[in-house]
Amino acid sequence: MNTLHRTKSGLFGLLAYMTTSSTWADWELNLTQGVTDISRDVYDMHMFVLWICVWIGVVVFGAMTYSMIKHRKSKGSVPAKFSHSTLAEVIWTVIPFGILVTMAVPAANTLVRMEDTSDSEVTVKITGHQWKWEYEYLDSGVRIISSLDPDSRQAAALNSGIDPNTVDNYLLEVDNPLVLPVDKKIRFVLTASDVLHAWWVPEFAIKKDAIPGFINDMWTKIDEEGIYRGQCAELCGRDHGFMPIVVHATSESEYEDWIQAQLASAEAEAQSADREWVMDELMERGEGVYGTYCVACHQPNGQGIEGVFPSLVGTDMVLNDLDGHIDVILNGVEGTSMQAFSTTLNDADIAAVVTYERNAWGNDTGDVVQPATIKDMRVQ
Amino acid sequence: MNAYSVDHSHDDLHDHGPPPGLMRWVTTTNHKDIGTLYLWFSLIMFFIGGFMALIIRTELFQPGLQIVDPHFFNQMTTMHALVMIFGVVMPAFVGLANWMLPMMVGAPDMALPRMNNWSFWILPFGFAMMLSTLFMEGGGPASGWTIYPPLVLQTGDALPFLIFSIHILGVSSIMGAINIVATIMNMRAPGMTYMKMPLFVWTWFITAYLLIAVMPVLAGAVTMLLTDKFFGTSFFDAAGGGDPVMFQHIFWFFGHPEVYILILPAFGIVSEIIPTFSRKKLFGYSSMVYATASIAFLSFIVWAHHMFTVGMPLAGEIFFMFTTMLIAVPTGVKVFNWVSTMWRGAMTFETPMLFAIGFVIMFTIGGFSGLMLAMTPIDFQYHDTYFVVAHFHYVLVPGAIFAIIAAVYYWLPKWTGNMYDEKLGKAHFWLSTIFVNILFFPMHFVGLAGMPRRIPDYAVQFTDFNQIATIGAFGFGFAQILLLVVAIKCIRGGAKATNEVWEGAHGLEWSVASPAPYHTFSPQPVVK
Repeated sequence: MNTLHRTKSGLFGLLAYMTTSSTWADWELNLTQGVTDISRDVYDMHMFVLWICVWIGVVVFGAMTYSMIKHRKSKGSVPAKFSHSTLAEVIWTVIPFGILVTMAVPAANTLVRMEDTSDSEVTVKITGHQWKWEYEYLDSGVRIISSLDPDSRQAAALNSGIDPNTVDNYLLEVDNPLVLPVDKKIRFVLTASDVLHAWWVPEFAIKKDAIPGFINDMWTKIDEEGIYRGQCAELCGRDHGFMPIVVHATSESEYEDWIQAQLASAEAEAQSADREWVMDELMERGEGVYGTYCVACHQPNGQGIEGVFPSLVGTDMVLNDLDGHIDVILNGVEGTSMQAFSTTLNDADIAAVVTYERNAWGNDTGDVVQPATIKDMRVQ
Repeated sequence: MNAYSVDHSHDDLHDHGPPPGLMRWVTTTNHKDIGTLYLWFSLIMFFIGGFMALIIRTELFQPGLQIVDPHFFNQMTTMHALVMIFGVVMPAFVGLANWMLPMMVGAPDMALPRMNNWSFWILPFGFAMMLSTLFMEGGGPASGWTIYPPLVLQTGDALPFLIFSIHILGVSSIMGAINIVATIMNMRAPGMTYMKMPLFVWTWFITAYLLIAVMPVLAGAVTMLLTDKFFGTSFFDAAGGGDPVMFQHIFWFFGHPEVYILILPAFGIVSEIIPTFSRKKLFGYSSMVYATASIAFLSFIVWAHHMFTVGMPLAGEIFFMFTTMLIAVPTGVKVFNWVSTMWRGAMTFETPMLFAIGFVIMFTIGGFSGLMLAMTPIDFQYHDTYFVVAHFHYVLVPGAIFAIIAAVYYWLPKWTGNMYDEKLGKAHFWLSTIFVNILFFPMHFVGLAGMPRRIPDYAVQFTDFNQIATIGAFGFGFAQILLLVVAIKCIRGGAKATNEVWEGAHGLEWSVASPAPYHTFSPQPVVK
């Protein structure tokens, strides 16, 4: 790729200055150079091809412009008689072919490197859900769910009255970021639970589809600590634009500490499921769970969207059918965007959200559902 | 090239006009009437699809959600694409083919006139059904025009209606294509050998074969969706042993040739117009024909470049990257031939020529971004971003649509017998060209900066370029009203057009009167 570096002209230097300078933050014009070996290769190749296109454009459009100025009837131009030239046609078939070869060889080389996921040191399983990401660290068993942060979600409601410019990292912030160590080869395995999604962080120059029932893989090796943001890149339904990706790249020791902290809190969480919970506790937790997992479809007022997402207010299921209610949350409804939450949510979460839904928005059933009940239903 | 003879002594038999009244249009089997129907239908759909585009651009004017729910936004992006592809570009090309092909090859009409009537008249019903899904329980399809499962299977009541309407549009296209092939193969005037056919005829001939080859593939794909949803099959469901990616392979095996169905006739149009206004023969006629055929062949072996991110084997990615890059060669040949045709000609710049030159320049810009997208490792960065949106709009709007508009201006005097208003035509060109670039060029930037496509709301750093694009969209949209004004003015009157219309025009269609009589070439012309 060194030869490519040398082909960059002064104009490109100016462009690079403009795009990296913070004063131009609002006028991002070009691809990011990123923070990995691969991403810099990709950026160089992008600039190389861009400049080839620019020069071909200069030649072709230049010839057209010259001709349009010189060869016009009003200037007394008399049409020439020629209508073909074998030599010219051979030249403009062979030269473009040669240019294509100079592009194809480095591209194939980079591609070979990108697809080589062997010898990885950390493996993270990414599962796309409508509309959040689940990350599972296969080496330690830590599992987190990452969804749009509440500030962005509030501001993104139709006519929310909140100016997105006042929200930090609007639509590019999550509640639980993915934490990764720098300087380690990280392998991602991707799948999805419902529809297609695609995981993309521009700074890593990797993007791959998450496909239900299939496993894809890709890898990265991050050079610099920092926060890197991306988005879902495959249309996945109503909230496709609202499932960002945030990666915190940290030193190895910070990463290890974080893993240990996650393991400890998961342990505490598991124990809490066995005790008796009171109404207020469940309602508070349930509101949080609802706000993260349910609100996108069923809406803040629980009334859903007519004809698309069913209402949870005053319906027979919410008022009378407790078992059915829990069953829908555990197992989903086939052929709709209501997914099965049995692996995403733990017993306390489900108990809390069911309690919340049965007592919010004037439903007032007084039902209190204990985590132990959910545990029993899972066994069935 | 007026080297043919027409015997006018039997004109009394076929000089009668069309029957009066509305039923003329319902029952007509006349290629000119059906061509007119197709073109008006296409223009109406152009404004409907454009209205949807303006809803999309209005929502994207600033971050946050102001006017529509994301679910409705997705319905708009989906329907905008379906309307523009199947309701505007394809019918417009078929309309032009109906009007011009028989006149260009010296035939009295299309080979299969009754089927011609039917292939038009099922279109409005197909589209009425497709558009009606917007008012159904659960709304219209919202999964993008590519209707990928499993997402498309979450569509509400609209799904079977969408599938049936796609079947209807497919039947219409296939019948139109068969008619064009039959006409070209059987109805050419004596002496009109294949290698004497005008390029518009050639490109349509090849396009018709593409249509016949791939529309049934689309029909098969959507039928599999139907059985997956309603009849318990699992073609695209991993839980039942199927594969959602298989749909994408089948869809794009249709979809990529479809892309060339949308552009090859445009190549033909531009290859007619540039020689006329350069007053010089088309440079490299036979290489143009071979380049068109090569592009058509390559279109069948590049489909997976639309899906580089699905996780194909390395060998597959490299194969599809190389074949895709190869398309640049015949496409380059075409561009070089057009420039060489202009070279040392005696050019004038009437509206059709302006639109044709605009086509060559802006289609080439779309070709450049296409070349960048062909490179798999960098496509991973571009894929499903606004860079792709910029790319395909450059080849479809200042590409296909500009060529269609150029053709309308070029042949309007032949259709109506009147010259159109040149001043308004030029104003239409300049407004369209300026605004189309304000609309689509900034999309390259937001795409490279990381804005995914098909999102109703975006991070604030993308605001400026989105606002510029929205301004361009409204400018471009309103400029198209001029096209309607020019067409209506031209139909109602204007300076009388001569038979030849344009000084440098050659070909059989310019040998008949302007307006072209209801029946042309009943005694066959002879091309020498």
